[in-house]
Amino acid sequence: MAELQTKSVVMDAAAIERALTRITHEILENNKGAQNIALAGIITRGDLLALELARRIEEAEGLRVPVGSLDISFYRDDVALHIAPEVHATNIPFSVDGRSIILVDDVLYTGRTIRAAMDAIMDYGRPAAIQLAVLVDRGHRELPIRADYVGKNVPSSSQEHVRLFLEPVDGRTSVEILQAAPGEHIGSAPLGATPPGAKGSEA
Amino acid sequence: MESLLRNALCVDPAAGLEEPGLRDVLLRDGLIAGLTEPGSLPTEAGREDLDLEGRLLIPGLMDMHVHLRDPGQEYKEDIVSGSRAAVCGGFTAVLAMPNTSPVLDKGAEVSYVLDAAAQTACARVYVAGALTKGLKGESLSEMGDMLAAGAVAFTDDGRGVQDSGVMRLALEYASSLGAPVLSHCQVETLVGGGQVNEGIASTRLGLAGWPAAGEEIQIARDIALCELTGCALHIQHISTAEGVALVRAAKAKGLPVTCEVTPHHLFLTEDALDAHYDTNFKMNPPLRTAADAAALRAALEKGDIDCVATDHAPHAPHEKSLEFELAPFGTTGLETALGLVLTNLVATGELSLAQLVERMAHAPRRILGLAPVTLTVGSVADLTVIDRDVEWEVCVDGFASKSKNCAFIGKKLKGRASEVLIGGTVVLRGGELL
Amino acid sequence: MGALSTKHVIDIQDLSVEDINLILDTAVPFKEVNQRTIKKLPTLRGRTVVNLFLEPSTRTRTSFELAAKRLSADGINFSASTSATIKGESLVDTAQTLDAMDCDLVIIRHGYAGSPRILAQNMRAHIINGGDGKHQHPTQALLDLFTIRERFGRLAGLKVAVVGDIAHSRVFGSLGPALDMLGAQVTAIAPKTLLPACPELLGASVSTSLDEALETYDVVYMLRIQQERLERSPLPSLREYARLYGMNLERLARMKPEAILMHPGPVNRGVELTSDTIEMARNLLLYQVNAGVAVRMALMYLLLGGDQDGIAA
Repeated sequence: MAELQTKSVVMDAAAIERALTRITHEILENNKGAQNIALAGIITRGDLLALELARRIEEAEGLRVPVGSLDISFYRDDVALHIAPEVHATNIPFSVDGRSIILVDDVLYTGRTIRAAMDAIMDYGRPAAIQLAVLVDRGHRELPIRADYVGKNVPSSSQEHVRLFLEPVDGRTSVEILQAAPGEHIGSAPLGATPPGAKGSEA
Repeated sequence: MESLLRNALCVDPAAGLEEPGLRDVLLRDGLIAGLTEPGSLPTEAGREDLDLEGRLLIPGLMDMHVHLRDPGQEYKEDIVSGSRAAVCGGFTAVLAMPNTSPVLDKGAEVSYVLDAAAQTACARVYVAGALTKGLKGESLSEMGDMLAAGAVAFTDDGRGVQDSGVMRLALEYASSLGAPVLSHCQVETLVGGGQVNEGIASTRLGLAGWPAAGEEIQIARDIALCELTGCALHIQHISTAEGVALVRAAKAKGLPVTCEVTPHHLFLTEDALDAHYDTNFKMNPPLRTAADAAALRAALEKGDIDCVATDHAPHAPHEKSLEFELAPFGTTGLETALGLVLTNLVATGELSLAQLVERMAHAPRRILGLAPVTLTVGSVADLTVIDRDVEWEVCVDGFASKSKNCAFIGKKLKGRASEVLIGGTVVLRGGELL
Repeated sequence: MGALSTKHVIDIQDLSVEDINLILDTAVPFKEVNQRTIKKLPTLRGRTVVNLFLEPSTRTRTSFELAAKRLSADGINFSASTSATIKGESLVDTAQTLDAMDCDLVIIRHGYAGSPRILAQNMRAHIINGGDGKHQHPTQALLDLFTIRERFGRLAGLKVAVVGDIAHSRVFGSLGPALDMLGAQVTAIAPKTLLPACPELLGASVSTSLDEALETYDVVYMLRIQQERLERSPLPSLREYARLYGMNLERLARMKPEAILMHPGPVNRGVELTSDTIEMARNLLLYQVNAGVAVRMALMYLLLGGDQDGIAA
């Protein structure tokens, strides 16, 4: 499959930097500090963003917050239709009981991934609250879910992919809109169905 | 009552017709009345003429190893359906095995089969009585009584006689009555619950092995007892190269030993058994190696193996659809044997037509001490006509037998019986039963 | 078709090397799930899994049952005591009956080789072989592979000795070929009375001595002696078997320090392993059992997930 055509770059590296910094401060403000929070990033880009946010929180507060990663393959509502060939280990190395858990994901789209992630978190215990931080909200929600922290709202067509690329894994840092191939499944596509060459993740 | 078979391409080594020769064959009162040059006899009113258009005419085939399942298991086969299957396959005569329910081990049971056959069968049915009471291998059956009722041979087919002392007595007793003994060779302590050939098939399928030695040891024992007793011994369904070597050596010694081979042991190997566990390939003795099958084909050509017999073993679908280890042994054979031999041995040049006639018509009758059937004046007119050109596929819905458990389903064959005459009466015409 | 190249797992050779690696990889996160307080996932909600156990088995059945429950599938047990087979119903009848009930997956354990194939031919569901006669036990092989791989980080190049009743072992029927496929060197160790006719077909070379080359093996896998399976006993006594082919502390001491000892369980104490050896190896033996649930969850997930052609889809 040919590399998908980039239609436009909606966030460059600097914009992403600024958005993450702002989100960090909003999280701290909203939670009155970092005492009782933990970050849970959704694999495979949200976990990297969670680490970025944790680093900024530590810079701001001098406090290291627990960070975990969440693979939601087993919680998807479309297991019967799609299956992720590559399942990553979930790693929640802290107790969620009584904590405010900040779910971190790159792109918020239908909301189904977040629904699955909330179920996954609930299976680890009873958090005091769950909040949602996303770098991009592209609209088209199918469930009553909204983000508490948004880097940027990006209006998009359902014929487009919105993807985050990150330097350490993709060689560049940006959020881009890509044209989908005709008939291609958009949105909650499994990671393995990501066309080769377009390594970014999407929600 | 006269009829004339016109343009028959006759083959019969016993009549000096090693090579096919075109004849008109005149039949009168159930016997062959004359063989003449084609067209030499004028049409006659009142005489039925059948133009064979150059098709092959041979002495009627005989299958000396058939399970008619009657009495007792008529849901698998009965005398009527079994004899119809025989005729469809080109056989004019069969030898019925005694492992029915009840076992044919007394004159009364032999009489039942022969009487029922006389009234209802469309082929000639001969009967082999049990060698020991109830096929238990313990005490001699009433062979004299059965001979008087019409039995022609004795066998515990389906089981080997385990006790060598009993086998010796049985051979001695049968020889004093002048009857041949047909031996199913299987050492139970070696074979046990063996399901498939011990080797590739048993290892791959995780099934208990049926070792070649389990057959060969008893062949060797029976040959030794044949030498001791002088009784005519016929080894049934021989399946291994070493078994054939034992028989060859016995013959070289001049012992009255003969043997038969089945089409499935000639043309199938244990490689047919795969992850599908197709129970149609579950045979006793089991399908052996490719080397064994090659040795059997060579021995049939050479004459070390005297004849082809099918071990026609019909079973109902609900029995063959059981777990492999629970399903019964056997495949049907009457309707496929001739086509298989024509396709796989005659067409390939491994066996001549004269040899086919010898192995499938003359040898069985000779082994059983029956009157020969030949293409000569005065012989009974039990005849098989073969269309060598017809191509057909063995099809699950195409059997005259009540059962469909055939190991050759799906095989494409060339040549089959088109007409069969028994006592001069046409019972199969254009491949259809009349 | 789901993520695997096969619809059924009846013979270990139904699986490609890629399939096996995918199953083992997928079992890793399931193992994490099994360490949580709440060991339950919604993954197979609404799917129906039938445990058709026509031969007594506590361990395997429980492991499959747990795996199904932890994936939120609806599990039904159809065991020998409650089954119709004792009333003369044939396996074909049972398969057609279960098919009419729209099951998604059937796990069959039966005393007859090839019986899972009868199910596969008579119903639409996926079939997993939970052990068929003396033929195959593919999920046991998968959990053994998982255990070995967790321990060594690889399978290729390992030297694995499998000791015991090779001829009658469905465990070896799957494990031998699987190890061979994945590049391990397998040696089947047993007296000839316990060896199959063609061990090379199962991917193994053969030795009749456990003591010979004991220090070269990375894994020594002791098979259970199935006393009930041995018609006409191929062994003079269990005592002699234990002496020639049993694991004891002296033999354990001769093994490589990093080598591991395995057994599919349940152990015949004092036969395959002496009591003190069982104590030494207990952790690993229980690890095998633990891995079994995760591996079976992975297999169910991969067979039923993405199965658009499935019954429930």
